[in-house]
Amino acid sequence: MKAIIHVGLKPGVLDPQGRAIARSLTDLGFAGVKDARQGKVIELDLAHDDPSAAKNDVTEMCEKLLANTVIESYRIDIKDDE
Amino acid sequence: MKTAVIVFPASNCDRDAAVALEKITGRAPEMVWHRETSLPKGLDLVVIPGGFSYGDYLRSGAMAARSPIVQDIVAEAGKGLNVAGFCNGFQILTEAGLLPGALMRNKSLKYVCKPQKLTIVNGNSRFTSAYQGTRDVVFPIAHHDGNYFADDETLNRLEKSGRVIVKYNDNPNGSARDIAGICNEAGNVMGMMPHPERAIDPLHGGTDGIALFKSILESV
Repeated sequence: MKAIIHVGLKPGVLDPQGRAIARSLTDLGFAGVKDARQGKVIELDLAHDDPSAAKNDVTEMCEKLLANTVIESYRIDIKDDE
Repeated sequence: MKTAVIVFPASNCDRDAAVALEKITGRAPEMVWHRETSLPKGLDLVVIPGGFSYGDYLRSGAMAARSPIVQDIVAEAGKGLNVAGFCNGFQILTEAGLLPGALMRNKSLKYVCKPQKLTIVNGNSRFTSAYQGTRDVVFPIAHHDGNYFADDETLNRLEKSGRVIVKYNDNPNGSARDIAGICNEAGNVMGMMPHPERAIDPLHGGTDGIALFKSILESV
């Protein structure tokens, strides 16, 4: 199965890259962009069979390496192989 | 004084640190590769040098902080070993949990590289005592991710307890409360974004970094 992990800055943490993206979109003529937040997506190919065991392992991976929980939050989606 | 410099893939200030340590302590440091699982015995100081360890993959310092040698540094720091991290070394120390907070992308989004005026705000630490009241120094800075962040409660605690060692004049990167360098609660682990090891020879343009290493030498 696969784990798709979204890592982004926590609300309230200034995101200068997101702000630059929002400004650039506005400069391109896209009115109505109030803000942008930039994050990253990490896709893991897992040998697990059990989704809940996979989620537990990936949560531990996020806490230990994939996210810096001082500044970042994360969201995990577990998907079956297609 | 016996010292060591940790070498990661893409460290690039490890030799600068070694030259500074040999010049000031009179003894060349041990260069320790990151795959080692334990530090040499009898060390007085470990320097985690600047650079772009692991190409800054994932986050600056994130990979290096999980390398085998850093696990031993965490253990030894807990027993009182002096540890100093400069630039990427500071990022690695926060990622390893030895220092609070995180270093984020510079507010300007630009890499900054220049001589930086700084104020030593705690001249009583074991990393600054040899400045003897001198507060204004210039060290080079060279970083893209030097924007220090911590929550307000942490920042208040750091400031109240004298754990903010160095602040920027004319904040170059957006760091909270102009913080350039901090130490841990016990005072034996220090990290800063500026490079004192690149300010130890007149040819560097200044020698303000020497007293930092002298401070450590005098404290052991």
